[in-house]
Amino acid sequence: MTEPDVGAQLEMLRSMLRIRRFEERLAVLFKRGKLPGFVHLYIGEEAVAVGVCSALRAEDRITSTHRGHGHLLAKGAQADRMMAELFGRVTGYCRGKGGSMHIADFGVGIIGANGIVGGGIPIATGAAWGDRQLGRDLVTVSFFGDGASNQGVFFESMNLAAIWRLPVVFVCENNGYTEWTPTERLTAGKISGRSVPFGVPGLEVDGNDVLSVHAAARQAVRRARAGEGPTLLECRTYRWHGHNEGEEAFSGQYRPEAEQQEWRERDPIARLIGGLTAQGVETAVIEQIDAAEQAAVDQAVEFAERSPFPDPDDALADLFAPNVRTQKGGSR
Amino acid sequence: MTERSQYFVRAMAEGLRDAMREDPSVVVIGEDVDRSIIGATRGLIDEFGAERVRNTPISEATFVGACIGAAAVGLRPVVDLMVGSFFYVAMDQVANQAARLRYMTGGQVELPIVYFTASGPSGSAAAQHSENPHPMLMNVGGLKVVMPSTPADAKGLMLAAVRDPNPVLYFQDAVLAGVRGPVPDQPYEVPIGVADVKREGDDVTVVAVGALVGRALRVAESLALEGVSVEVVDPRTLVPLDLDAIVGSVRKTGRLVVCDNARRTCGAASEIAAAVTEVAFPSLKAAPRRVAWEDVPVPFSPILEQRVLVDEERISAAVLAVLGKVPVEG
Repeated sequence: MTEPDVGAQLEMLRSMLRIRRFEERLAVLFKRGKLPGFVHLYIGEEAVAVGVCSALRAEDRITSTHRGHGHLLAKGAQADRMMAELFGRVTGYCRGKGGSMHIADFGVGIIGANGIVGGGIPIATGAAWGDRQLGRDLVTVSFFGDGASNQGVFFESMNLAAIWRLPVVFVCENNGYTEWTPTERLTAGKISGRSVPFGVPGLEVDGNDVLSVHAAARQAVRRARAGEGPTLLECRTYRWHGHNEGEEAFSGQYRPEAEQQEWRERDPIARLIGGLTAQGVETAVIEQIDAAEQAAVDQAVEFAERSPFPDPDDALADLFAPNVRTQKGGSR
Repeated sequence: MTERSQYFVRAMAEGLRDAMREDPSVVVIGEDVDRSIIGATRGLIDEFGAERVRNTPISEATFVGACIGAAAVGLRPVVDLMVGSFFYVAMDQVANQAARLRYMTGGQVELPIVYFTASGPSGSAAAQHSENPHPMLMNVGGLKVVMPSTPADAKGLMLAAVRDPNPVLYFQDAVLAGVRGPVPDQPYEVPIGVADVKREGDDVTVVAVGALVGRALRVAESLALEGVSVEVVDPRTLVPLDLDAIVGSVRKTGRLVVCDNARRTCGAASEIAAAVTEVAFPSLKAAPRRVAWEDVPVPFSPILEQRVLVDEERISAAVLAVLGKVPVEG
């Protein structure tokens, strides 16, 4: 398999910058009280979403998490409709019913973010089963965090995916903290080793190196598509922001300054830019990409702010899908 | 329309078979569904094969959740949960996921899934195998809930449930498994959300669900000998509830007894009694009465179990109480 060329790497950079600028803006908007509810930001982890999603076809599928904006953007969700959802507007992906943790776009293979830690893992496993049962050669990726690796459904789903040899890739983003507690205090052994008893390959990957993530994901996706079953990837990374924005009001200091500084110096975006520059890509090209993504975020905020709120009675819609067949044909 | 006598669980299997014949995307999964211990999936593997009739590991949360993903991409999964209490094992996937995904995403997706189970007391099965979890699941929002009382309804509601584009919870009261009744041969739907008057009467409306319908009908028969005319209404579907049919009956009789095969607090009986009272209070000649389980887990020893559950004597006493013929208890 060939390595991603410079063009492909620039697309990865574009995607990572889109996430970074989107999330940075959310941090500001949250501080200004512009966003209802709460948000969990992905800054620092961009290489995982982009490395994995760049190994997928457009029709492949993902499930995401409470920290999902990065996955959604990397999989092709539109920033403006995401922003509108975060603002609670009717033009948002969920028409204002879901908010940050429940954005989905089934049209681009996003089966949904999820507010329950580990909640998306069985759903992804089932999507992989459904696609295979229906004769499609699609792959589903389940993104989840280190915390979810201690949920029962993680083990159950690996077992089911293994015995049914399902085309699913389990991508664990280990950002070092399970909410506000260091993950190693709550998690026995290595997460990447947890697939071994199921006969499922488990790999630990540098989650701050988009090319390493991409290479591992490509291998896992190829394996899944070929009918060889699931793979577990543990991507080691770090979130620069808190578990959720505004946590400092209650969390206190729980991460050493030096540790945070060390990880900021391992910025996945700076790393990719360094590699591109070494390959002769001019700074101006990179700056142009960044400016375009920054402008796209500006436009997304404008779109959200000028969009109307839903009609209050919309709260009562969308519970059940209409039974078109019964309406047309009646009962037999 | 030709029909023959059939067992309740075999009628469910016929409904499943009809659904699988008309749509190749219908699949059945669950624990031991190939040999089917209770019988609702027995024989399906012979006609449809192991790809469409799949045994799962004992991982309720995961196979309940897997059906959400599978349905989101176009499959129509039917899940045998075997015992009602096992819903509790899968509660995150049932309540946070299956019931929520369509609504939370602004109606982007249809989730045609049937979760069915034998449920309710079957005789000294004790507290973890006697539950009827429909009351709390009625309260979740986003789940349809059906509970047939006859083999004919069991077959037709199964086909309707599989055809429905939403998650449908289908409760088969365990004691009904071996009950026989006339069942039409050809495929047919019993529409979801439509109640059925199982016996007409003038003095009292008894609303009963699942296995209690038969008991209410026997009470009605014996009270008829004493000159009391009881109307028995079977909602068949608890979500969405056919309140019009129930209210129509109460407007005629002026009296209401609601029997639910579950604990009293926040049960189907409570909901129906409250809803009827809100809209038809002027028609009521007496306060509605609920007949439901005591608010304790179902105990093991037969004498204890009987103390807790609903029997014909309690239904009868409630009917006589709303008629003012015996003093109201409690």
